[in-house]
Amino acid sequence: MEIDWLYGLAGGLLIGLAAAVYLHGLGFIAGISGILGGVLNGTTHLTGIAFLAGLIGVPAAIALAFGAPAMTLTASPVLLVAGGLAVGIGTRMGAGCTSGHGVCGLSRLSPRSVVATGTFMVAAALTVFVMRHVIGVA
Amino acid sequence: MRILAGFIAGGLFGIGLMLSGMTDPAKVLGFLDIAGDWDPTLAFVMGGAVAVMAPAWIVAKRRTAPVLGGSYPAWPKQRIDARLLGGAALFGLGWGLVGLCPGPALASFAWGGTALWLFLAAMLAGMGIERMIRPHEAAA
Repeated sequence: MEIDWLYGLAGGLLIGLAAAVYLHGLGFIAGISGILGGVLNGTTHLTGIAFLAGLIGVPAAIALAFGAPAMTLTASPVLLVAGGLAVGIGTRMGAGCTSGHGVCGLSRLSPRSVVATGTFMVAAALTVFVMRHVIGVA
Repeated sequence: MRILAGFIAGGLFGIGLMLSGMTDPAKVLGFLDIAGDWDPTLAFVMGGAVAVMAPAWIVAKRRTAPVLGGSYPAWPKQRIDARLLGGAALFGLGWGLVGLCPGPALASFAWGGTALWLFLAAMLAGMGIERMIRPHEAAA
């Protein structure tokens, strides 16, 4: 537990490396909602589909070889659907998620991304506060 | 080569999410719950990723083209409008309700089970809905 931050930092460096490979190899921004939205629109090229295949397939292979990592997903089906819809609509409307705005945009000091990241962080923290400490769910 | 590079980038991204613990919604919610038993891990994940990407952007400014062809992304029009704020707020609401954002939701596809698949289906539906209700001038 005490070394969780070290795994976090190591994982974060790998995520940064992945985004740097995508940028310097191909010229694309490694924003997951953007890549996914592009695939749904039919505007993303094969490289985007390959990115998503790696994002799903490599963790799947590691989980198969070494076992799946801990995952506690306690939200009720209603919350899962409501949350999924909000994430889907919100990330496309706001043109980015934690990776596109939070990693790629913040590191570029894009004003739009700084504002978006601040907004979704505050909105998410408020939501958790209301759910856990006001309503008392999860 | 470009397709292989795309796969490698996606794979590295997935390993990073897995190693950092961000595929576990409980850890994400632990970070967002500042009034509870606060878990700072997510800050280290974002810090680490930004620490690599910030110099990568500086290098991109000095180069003319990516290694495998194509061109670097243009600097987006910096318009901070209701669309950006509303979208980000809606995303934050969904993220806070469940503890999943698009990257970890996809990376944990293999072991997430029916609860995760339900979230993913709703997320994809949400992306489809946004496309239908999007004003034409905002096409991106």
